Amino acid sequence: MSDIVEKTLTALPGLFLQHQAAGGSGVPRVSVSSRLGSLIRSITALTSKHEEEKLIQQELASLKATVAAPNTTLRLMKECMVRLIYCEMLGYESSFGYIHAIKLAQQGNLLEKRVGYLAVSLFLHENHELLLLLVNTVVKDLQSTNLVEVCMALTIVSQIFPREMIPAVLPLIEDKLQHSKEIIRRKAVQALYKFHLIAPNQVQHIHVKFRKALCDRDVGVMAASLHIYLRMIKENPSAYKDLTGSFVTILKQVVGGKLPVDFNYHSVPAPWLQIQLLRILGLLGKDDPRTSELTYDVLDESLRRAELSHNITYAILFECVHTIYTIYPKPELLEKAARCIGKFVLSPKINLKYLGLKALTYVIQQDPNLALQHQMTIIECLDHPDPIIKRETLELLYRITNAQNVSVIVQKMLEYLQQSKEEYIIISLVGKIAELAEKYAPGNEWFIQTMNAVFSVGGDVMHPDIPNNFLRLLAEGFDDENEDKQLRLYAVQSYLSLLEIENALYPQRFLQVMSWVDASLSFLDGFVAEGLDQGAAPYKPHHQRQEEKLSQGKVLNFEPYGLSFSSTMSSSGCTGRQSPAGISLSSDVSGNSAETGQKETNSLKLEGVKKLWGKEGYLPKKENKAGSSPELQPIAQDSTLVENVDQMIMKKDQSQALHHSEEEAEKQRLASTLFVGLGSESAVSLLGKTDTVSHKFRRKSKINDTKNREVTSTHNINCSSFSPLSNAPYEDNDHLNSFQDKEDIGLKKCSLGSEFLESGLKSESLTELHLVENFSACSLSPPSLFEDNSMEIFHPPHPTLSSFANEISLTSSLLEELNEHVHSDLVELCNNEMLKVSSCKIWKDDCLLLVWLIVNKSSLELKNMNLEITSTENFKILEHPGFCFPVIEAESTKSIQHHVQMEKLFTEEDLSGCVKYKVEEDPYIQLEFSITLSLLDFIRPMKICTEDFGKLWLSFANDVKQNIKISDSQANLPFALKTLQQKLRLHIVDIIGNEGILACHLLPSVPCLLHLRAHEGMAALWFRSSCSTLPDYLLYQCQKVMEES
Amino acid sequence: MIKFFLMVNKQGQTRLSRYYEHIEINKRTILEADVIKTCLSRSKEQCSFIEYKDFKLIYRQYAALFIVVGINETENEMAVYEFIHNFVEVLDMYFSRVSELDVSFSILCAYLHSTMQRVPVTKWAGKYYLSYPES
Repeated sequence: MSDIVEKTLTALPGLFLQHQAAGGSGVPRVSVSSRLGSLIRSITALTSKHEEEKLIQQELASLKATVAAPNTTLRLMKECMVRLIYCEMLGYESSFGYIHAIKLAQQGNLLEKRVGYLAVSLFLHENHELLLLLVNTVVKDLQSTNLVEVCMALTIVSQIFPREMIPAVLPLIEDKLQHSKEIIRRKAVQALYKFHLIAPNQVQHIHVKFRKALCDRDVGVMAASLHIYLRMIKENPSAYKDLTGSFVTILKQVVGGKLPVDFNYHSVPAPWLQIQLLRILGLLGKDDPRTSELTYDVLDESLRRAELSHNITYAILFECVHTIYTIYPKPELLEKAARCIGKFVLSPKINLKYLGLKALTYVIQQDPNLALQHQMTIIECLDHPDPIIKRETLELLYRITNAQNVSVIVQKMLEYLQQSKEEYIIISLVGKIAELAEKYAPGNEWFIQTMNAVFSVGGDVMHPDIPNNFLRLLAEGFDDENEDKQLRLYAVQSYLSLLEIENALYPQRFLQVMSWVDASLSFLDGFVAEGLDQGAAPYKPHHQRQEEKLSQGKVLNFEPYGLSFSSTMSSSGCTGRQSPAGISLSSDVSGNSAETGQKETNSLKLEGVKKLWGKEGYLPKKENKAGSSPELQPIAQDSTLVENVDQMIMKKDQSQALHHSEEEAEKQRLASTLFVGLGSESAVSLLGKTDTVSHKFRRKSKINDTKNREVTSTHNINCSSFSPLSNAPYEDNDHLNSFQDKEDIGLKKCSLGSEFLESGLKSESLTELHLVENFSACSLSPPSLFEDNSMEIFHPPHPTLSSFANEISLTSSLLEELNEHVHSDLVELCNNEMLKVSSCKIWKDDCLLLVWLIVNKSSLELKNMNLEITSTENFKILEHPGFCFPVIEAESTKSIQHHVQMEKLFTEEDLSGCVKYKVEEDPYIQLEFSITLSLLDFIRPMKICTEDFGKLWLSFANDVKQNIKISDSQANLPFALKTLQQKLRLHIVDIIGNEGILACHLLPSVPCLLHLRAHEGMAALWFRSSCSTLPDYLLYQCQKVMEES
Repeated sequence: MIKFFLMVNKQGQTRLSRYYEHIEINKRTILEADVIKTCLSRSKEQCSFIEYKDFKLIYRQYAALFIVVGINETENEMAVYEFIHNFVEVLDMYFSRVSELDVSFSILCAYLHSTMQRVPVTKWAGKYYLSYPES
């Protein structure tokens, strides 16, 4: 019987192909009449993407008409589905067909049903709402007497199934574990594996049945259960130790060739099954001598049997080696595994070499001797033409770095770094170099030089922890005061010399580090005094400089000496990226030489501008192309940068006299420097190397954390925030006033040199070409909703005085429009003499809408007004995050709106952005702002009935319980619930006695349920949700509001 | 874990794609174009495993057709490499000398059976067993 089932299943695709397959061995074995065939053929014949798009759009249009037509037969529908699958595979969405795929699965005969299911599994994703419509069909098919239908239902469940509906099918699938047909049992196990992946809690109770599946007489069922076991054992190895014997027996049988020959692949018995079992044994035997003991024999046998020279045996050997080095060590096996690794590493086959390096990287910490054995091969790999091999080698070296070989290894890493273009590689490598430098640095100079190289290359992309740690290290110092001083002094000196190099471009982070370091050092007073003597401008705080910059347009001050650094710093400071600390002005640079200072400013400033005006924030590569002036030749700059880093490396390594050449002697020397300090301790390394090396540059305790934070907050000077629930929009008034005061002082003090200003203008105009491009691109984007609704109708007679009133009324009209939505008050975000930006949150039912109002307070036209939101991982802006108004007339107001979605859960996070504009032909002026969004901005009530609540409650796997104290007033349950309803926007579903149930959802559609029971001054909160972290976040919010009220 | 399975020809036309993690359609096209560009840039002497962003690509070339599998760091590269070949052998048996167009024409068939399902062990064409974890 089971054979019949199998045959039927196997024949299905054949049946399908019957009408298209012509049989012969010629190239297209598809009849001309097949529509799919002709579609594919015509697409293959096309030469351009554009033509393809046209063709597919036509195809989609005709398909759309066909599937919607009432007289379309299921047979035709099936054919349409296949073509839709093809179109979608080529990247053209065909969402109109999704519902028909579900219908086909529901109504079709066997083959049509299968195609329907297939289309569903390809079209929809786990959280797609249409998927719920499939549940009934699946339930029906699971109960069918036709085994093929049961198989199909089980298959779709193992591919895609809505998590919340698992309870509806779980009992049916459990039953299938006892089915007489092995194919059904196997598919049932696969379906349960799927459930285990998406909702492990719900299948906990069937663990006993999994054991039965493991011992099933059918190999397929057993193999399917291994996937579940691998996962469960990974999570909790101790719970399955008793199964070690079973796994060992199975592996023995597989290795011994006891399985049907059908399972062989190139005469190796079930290789992938072996790999799976080896992994399980590795997990079970880790740190457990007794369990490991059981596996030694079979591992030995696996090694022995896998001697055939075929790729698949190498894969098995690799897994064996991995397992042998994972479990409790046995010397004989280790020796064999080591020999195996040696064979891999020495192999001329490149893929095998890679595998060998990977294995070596894994075992090296336990057995550094092995690295010594293969040191020459490793060095050869270091100069391998394939960058992938090189990188794997560096990964290996990274693991064996110690205080003696650190400089050579870091040098190799830096060399690689300079050749890499890919951001991911740079980020990871830069992180590793910084870590090694901090851990093992042989001296101050080396440390600073290495970090300089790190910042130069990776400054734009590196993890922000790197500069933060580095700065903290510099600030806190070590135990030796003297050494601290030296380190700092050296750092400053190196920065000065770097800045003196003409035309050098440095990433913004690096500049921030430099300037931070500078400002924190009091012993530089001498430099400062000298600088002042030579005519440099005195230090000015960040905001003041900003004001100066803003006023540049109006006041032209012709003074002999420029403030050589201010503009650079403020422009880099304005890019919206937070510096690790407040940016402070370095005055000693100008002290050194006004002229070099000014030239640097040119190139540095361009660097800043470059960041500002990249299309999506900044795009260094594109910008390089845009630079067309002699000062901006990108290649020249790059090479100076590289040279410059090279110089540092050269300097660093002069003493070590290290030149890599092909000569063996050189390699030997390199080997001796690389592998120094590895052998000595290796004799007792079987139990894993104990890491006795303490961090060379050890950080002191985190006293300075708070200090850092303080500085950061002053940097964000024009950042206002409002909680979604507070209705005090102008609480920042005081702050703004003081800001205005400072601005006045700033104007008076303004001492911008003509030289500098000119250069500033020059550099602006250089970037302008590119900007124009940018803007034209921007203006193509669809106008905002509010523009259509003519929101700028207001033109009050006394503009300067009434701009605020204007704004208010504008808002009120805006709010009138959105009356049905709850909204926050209008909050002013940033402000200068020309314009003001305010914002308002509108908590629409289906999204959070941020409305930005830009008020031009002046009597001048603002041109090229550009509003850009900085993208972060926490938020997703549904529209284009930037927006450009070519012109904002005098005393008028514009508004922009953005739909914001939460990407990553958080309690409170800042969304920042900036506005940039021009007045007449003056340089761009930029204002930064940020607005705090809270989790609650994205929470909406979920209006469901008690019954639905009950169903949902049972289907959610993630729950969090907590008892909290409540005040007397809250002991009144309805009152407490009311608080939650008002403050957290939870929907009160029902109140029964002293228990209340509430429901809400996180936009777009992550539900969370709350059960609250009040009892003797305590409230028991119980959250359940389909999202694992949401309950925790909500719990925190609940506690907060309960405490407050 | 396998993230996706692709068959793309040298011209960059996708012949077969299967994603085991949801990716938006427009991002798929971008990814596919980038993946094939990366594969084409590699010579025969270079290794068939590529570290690509935060995952790895394992690829094999059959005439003008590339088969590329995206995996995360838990996989055994060589096992996946051979798995690709096993897949091709199975196709070859089924079509008796498989060609690139066969794959496209019988896209449905390829989906219906063989490795494209989330099926660790699949009997197919009566003879071959593919036992590979798909997720």
